[in-house]
Amino acid sequence: MIEWKDKRDFWIIGAKVVDPEAGKVRAGSILIQKGLVTDIVWQKSVETDLPVLDASGYYLSPGFIDIHTHLREPGYEEKETVETGTAAAAAGGFTSVVSMANTDPVADEPSVIEFILSRAEAAGKCRVYPVAAVTKGLKGEQLNEYYFLKKAGAVALSDDGNYILNSQVMRNAFEYAGYHDLTIISHCEDPFLTEYSLMNESFSSTRLGMRGAPAASEEIAIARDIALAQLTGSRLHIAHVSTQGGVELIKAAKKKGIPVTAEVTPHHLTLDETMLDSYDSNLKVNPPLRSKKDISALRQALKDGIIDCIATDHAPHNEIDKQVEFDRAPSGMIGFETAFAQLNTELVASGVIELVNLVRFMTVEPARILGLPGGKLEKEAPADLVLFDPFEEWTLKKRMIRSKSKNTPLIGKSFTGKVAGTFLGGRWIPND
Amino acid sequence: MNPVQFNRKDLITLEELSPEEIGLILDTADSFKEISERPIKKVPALRGVTVANLFFEPSTRTRISFELAEKRLSADTVSFSTSTSSVVKGETLRDTAQNIQAMKVDVVVLRHSSSGAHRFLSRFLEASIINAGDGQHEHPTQALLDMMTLRQRLGSLEGKKITIIGDIMHSRVARSNIWGLTKMGAKVTVCGPPTMMPTEIEKLGVGGVNVELDIRKAVAEADAINILRIQLERQKLHLFPSLQEYFEVFGVRPDVLDYAPPHCIVMHPGPMNRGVEIDQDVADGERAVILRQVTNGVAVRMAVLFLIAGGKVEDSSIQ
Repeated sequence: MIEWKDKRDFWIIGAKVVDPEAGKVRAGSILIQKGLVTDIVWQKSVETDLPVLDASGYYLSPGFIDIHTHLREPGYEEKETVETGTAAAAAGGFTSVVSMANTDPVADEPSVIEFILSRAEAAGKCRVYPVAAVTKGLKGEQLNEYYFLKKAGAVALSDDGNYILNSQVMRNAFEYAGYHDLTIISHCEDPFLTEYSLMNESFSSTRLGMRGAPAASEEIAIARDIALAQLTGSRLHIAHVSTQGGVELIKAAKKKGIPVTAEVTPHHLTLDETMLDSYDSNLKVNPPLRSKKDISALRQALKDGIIDCIATDHAPHNEIDKQVEFDRAPSGMIGFETAFAQLNTELVASGVIELVNLVRFMTVEPARILGLPGGKLEKEAPADLVLFDPFEEWTLKKRMIRSKSKNTPLIGKSFTGKVAGTFLGGRWIPND
Repeated sequence: MNPVQFNRKDLITLEELSPEEIGLILDTADSFKEISERPIKKVPALRGVTVANLFFEPSTRTRISFELAEKRLSADTVSFSTSTSSVVKGETLRDTAQNIQAMKVDVVVLRHSSSGAHRFLSRFLEASIINAGDGQHEHPTQALLDMMTLRQRLGSLEGKKITIIGDIMHSRVARSNIWGLTKMGAKVTVCGPPTMMPTEIEKLGVGGVNVELDIRKAVAEADAINILRIQLERQKLHLFPSLQEYFEVFGVRPDVLDYAPPHCIVMHPGPMNRGVEIDQDVADGERAVILRQVTNGVAVRMAVLFLIAGGKVEDSSIQ
């Protein structure tokens, strides 16, 4: 447990410092002055007259960055607000999150972007970078004003949740987004193939009597968007890849030098379709939980750099909406507060990937994809850092969840690795 | 009497039942069959037990069958369907069921259009739940009455060949039959249009099923054929081009039955679309045991209610 009162200038000593860019974990000390990192020395302690925070026993790394989240404000404040969402993000070790555009009103006008930014500023728990919608009202028809939206603070474009069916509209969006140096984040799903679907199409869906979404629904959509990225030369980022076939398409595109990047969620890396035997609607997500074979392919793709980063797709839905028959429940699960712990438990502690790489997938890589600040250990950069203990054991209880919604299948699960808190511009935000 | 005990609170799937439990239900049903043939069709076995029939999906025969089974066992019953319940006012399934339970109901017989609705409700209800059909998942009492009929006509189920024809993908009757029959040692073949054949269906059941899309081959060795109802709205989803073509390719007609062994019987869970999945002459023909299935339905549901509500077959109250 870290006891700390904010100071203007101070050293953090004693921690193991994770440098995800260099791929190293070493004893180090970091000087923070006026909210900025001003010195990094690779020794356990320093001689100083300044106040010292002794973080012995903890790991210190750049704060986590999540480029796929739903903060639900404006419009769905009963599920989440910018305030509760960023508090949950901070508890999970995130210092920057990218919020998706499917709010009400949709983030397709500068005023909505400005509103979200002002709410984040007021909450002060985590930086928020809004995504603007590709098309007006997420309808897939009319392009939005990317110039004005970017000027207001939008960092990327996405109709997340809706695949833009008209390929000419998507082509124009790519051309225009490229001109404004904005990446399009695509939710790749052929909605005709997934109509009425509730889970992955497989033996499990046959057994459980639920309509399945075939992997082809994702592959078809990825293939078209890759073709358009190639045609236009504009950047494509593929959201929540969930299939082995999707991975293969991205691998081939990268080999050809097409500007494509991809993310994978913690749940698609750790949970599989056979868990749906319980018909627990907290396991209903889109894209659906896939097979064990897909999970292996996704893990390998992450290791091989085919998938670039991890993003939670934090999607709050309250209990009233979720506690219904499976086919009537909305899709999505929350992810901020369990992402690091779940992946540290399932991937690092079990030897699938190294800790420094997990941190890299949650810092440097997501920042690079959207050109966001942060994610690295840099002098003169804002002191956005996370302190965690990768060996601490803990169990998730419902009352611990800071997100306004509690829709996670992980309640009652035990994890190895816990976030102690974050520094946001040098200000300590404890997870206690 | 059978030494097997039935210690389950709910009957939600046949997948989770053991062959012994299925055998016990069928044996119990056999012993109850005679009650419906008495001049006074009533025994006091479930006197004092309250059963609520909650039908969140239209049903005529299953609901009437359950209601008759309950009345013949002297249970107190209440029934409702969506059109008369408060569900139309926006009340959730959980609230509706919990409210009914608050009135001290012992058994809930539930039909619902959502697969898994029973599993979901069982987390909140102390009352026993009997599945009268959930979405496209299971319809255990239908499969049990099919199996009871098969046992009457074929002796045992062990090694018998049963062919299920039609819309396998959307059929809870098919799934429950596959689990029940394969657990009892029967060999199941499924046949139907490829658009209605779910992914990896060959792995379903104990030891899997055969998939044979050619209806003549599918019936060639069948001891029994179970014909599934074609939901006419499936045509709108373009799962088959026309009812006429369906009847030509997958309809069970006298000329199709010519390929089946002479002893092969024909079943249908109803309601039938004559001239679509089943020919008029087949439906009314000598091989058909369709009305016998309906008769057996009452006995099977009496058995399930009786075993779930805690009765013993030696119980004098059924004499």
